[in-house]
Amino acid sequence: MNYSLLYKISISLLLARWKQTLVAAVGVTFSITMFIALLGFMNGLNDLLDGLILNRTPHVRLYNEIEVNQHQPINSNEEFSIGHNFINSVRPARSRQAIYNIEPILRAIENDNRVLGVAPKIDAQVFFNGGTIDITGIINGIDAAAEGKLFHFGDYVTIGSFQDIEVMSNSIILGKGLAEKLLINVGDVVQIATPQGERFSLKIVGLFQSGIQEFDKTQSYASIKTTQKILGKGTNYITNIQIKLKDISLAPVVAKEYSQLFQTGAEDIQTANSQFETGSFVRSLISYAVGITLLIVAGFGIYNILNMMIYEKMDSIAILKATGFSGVDVNRIFIFIALSIGISGGLLGLLFGFLVSLGIDQIPFETASLPTVKTYPVRYDIFFYGIGLTFSLVTTFMAGLFPANKASKVDPVIIIRGK
Amino acid sequence: MNETVIEARKINKSFSDPVRVQVLKDITFAVRKGEFVSVVGKSGCGKSTLLYILSTMDTDFDGDLLIDQESTTGKKEKYLAHLRNGKIGFVFQFHYLLNEFTVLENVMLPGLKLGKYPHEQVEQRAMERLKMLDIQSLALKKANKLSGGEKQRVAIARSLINDPLIVMGDEPTGNLDKKNGLIVFDIFKRMAEEYNQTLLIVTHDQEFAERTHRIIEMDDGRIIKQ
Repeated sequence: MNYSLLYKISISLLLARWKQTLVAAVGVTFSITMFIALLGFMNGLNDLLDGLILNRTPHVRLYNEIEVNQHQPINSNEEFSIGHNFINSVRPARSRQAIYNIEPILRAIENDNRVLGVAPKIDAQVFFNGGTIDITGIINGIDAAAEGKLFHFGDYVTIGSFQDIEVMSNSIILGKGLAEKLLINVGDVVQIATPQGERFSLKIVGLFQSGIQEFDKTQSYASIKTTQKILGKGTNYITNIQIKLKDISLAPVVAKEYSQLFQTGAEDIQTANSQFETGSFVRSLISYAVGITLLIVAGFGIYNILNMMIYEKMDSIAILKATGFSGVDVNRIFIFIALSIGISGGLLGLLFGFLVSLGIDQIPFETASLPTVKTYPVRYDIFFYGIGLTFSLVTTFMAGLFPANKASKVDPVIIIRGK
Repeated sequence: MNETVIEARKINKSFSDPVRVQVLKDITFAVRKGEFVSVVGKSGCGKSTLLYILSTMDTDFDGDLLIDQESTTGKKEKYLAHLRNGKIGFVFQFHYLLNEFTVLENVMLPGLKLGKYPHEQVEQRAMERLKMLDIQSLALKKANKLSGGEKQRVAIARSLINDPLIVMGDEPTGNLDKKNGLIVFDIFKRMAEEYNQTLLIVTHDQEFAERTHRIIEMDDGRIIKQ
């Protein structure tokens, strides 16, 4: 089969009607451009929104659960060992919040090669004194270096440097909302009181803005040492272990394993934030649906143009058949035409889509809640470009298939005699 | 010289739309190599229908058609297309060139399709044929820039590109003025006499027919005189 000859014929037919061809190709280009830009933008936004929560959420969190003691005294009594004991009004005992054997646990986790990093943390409920009123808030005792590395803590500290809490003793970073409520700023001293009644003065070395207002109104960060001091606990008092994994999908398995191994409560990110995955999935679904709709519309355009071309080229088809081209050859010629439109339009669309993405990436997007974001987010993913090109080929092929079959069935005798 | 090129055996054909009309009745004849045959008859006597059956483009008939002593009955469309490509040259009443191509490309296309010779050789053969018909100067013009007579000569050159067994013509001079008609006729005559080319031409031009070697006269779907 002489493909180059058939290809040459299709190109000649295309060029003879270059305006129509251009319209068809522009249709494909436009839809691919929009497809790429839409998907890039949508996914960029998805990444941003997910990042708001997921970036600073540990993949697995270990903590001591406050729960009812599994070993109730009555069960140990031999007298009541037959049958089941129903116990009413059981209350959780005042169990210790700190994790036992913190040092060996941290070491063991660090040596696990599925783990990217581990950051210990202490939660402390405190009251911030603002003149005559007390505001309840939380001090998170963190290891600044680990927190910065694993959870991009530095990105959210808008004033001051997050490392200062380690350098300066008795220092704290307040949420911006909290600082505004207390009418204080960096360099000032804030008074806090613990539920046990201890009072402390802490120096404010920075402010942070997480992007979630409610969060900023109650949260603050201090070093682990400072927090331990506030709570009056020793250096092995750690209430949470935050773990970031190399592969996020392993989180449920690892959580379960650690929970059994270390006898602690364990929560994985999928359970803690399942709504975010659902949200991302639905947004992606919508953008794919819109993109593919655009392509199908472009496909109908190609179908129409090829159909018209066939009516115009009836004579040419008849003559090709009369001089020895078979129906299959004619079919291939029209498929070539459709695919040429698809490939040229599609590749141009990818290029324009990339340019539009670059353009969107330059548009200023400044919002108080997202201090690190200056322009609209765009994701550049080779995968989108692959899908775009594949779909442009598939739709143009489908659009070409019916007209091409029609062309291959043209009866040359009817055309030649009918004139 | 008595080798049969094309043979029709008891060919019958009817159209059934809107009423059943039999257009060809028991057509039986043969054309031998080197013959210059014309088919004449009144309009509607079935001579064009017969020609399209002989050309293998119309396969909807009863009877048997032998080309190069080989039956074409029941053969696939692709096989017939290949047969047409290599063994039959066709000249139509309306010139039917591909307007998207130059004269040279138009002549070359069936040759390239056959693929018997490489590209350069097909081009050279196309030029030879254009020279033979004295239109080599038009080679690089677009087909739609030519006059009717020129187009018909290009169509003849195209029909000859693959050295066909037989050249068929459907009223090849019917759409031309007297002068161009004569030129085309002279070309056919020359092909028959100098190159021993077999020709089968359908015409209603009595004058044209009388100057051919053999006349087949048709009336109402039958051959009445050979």
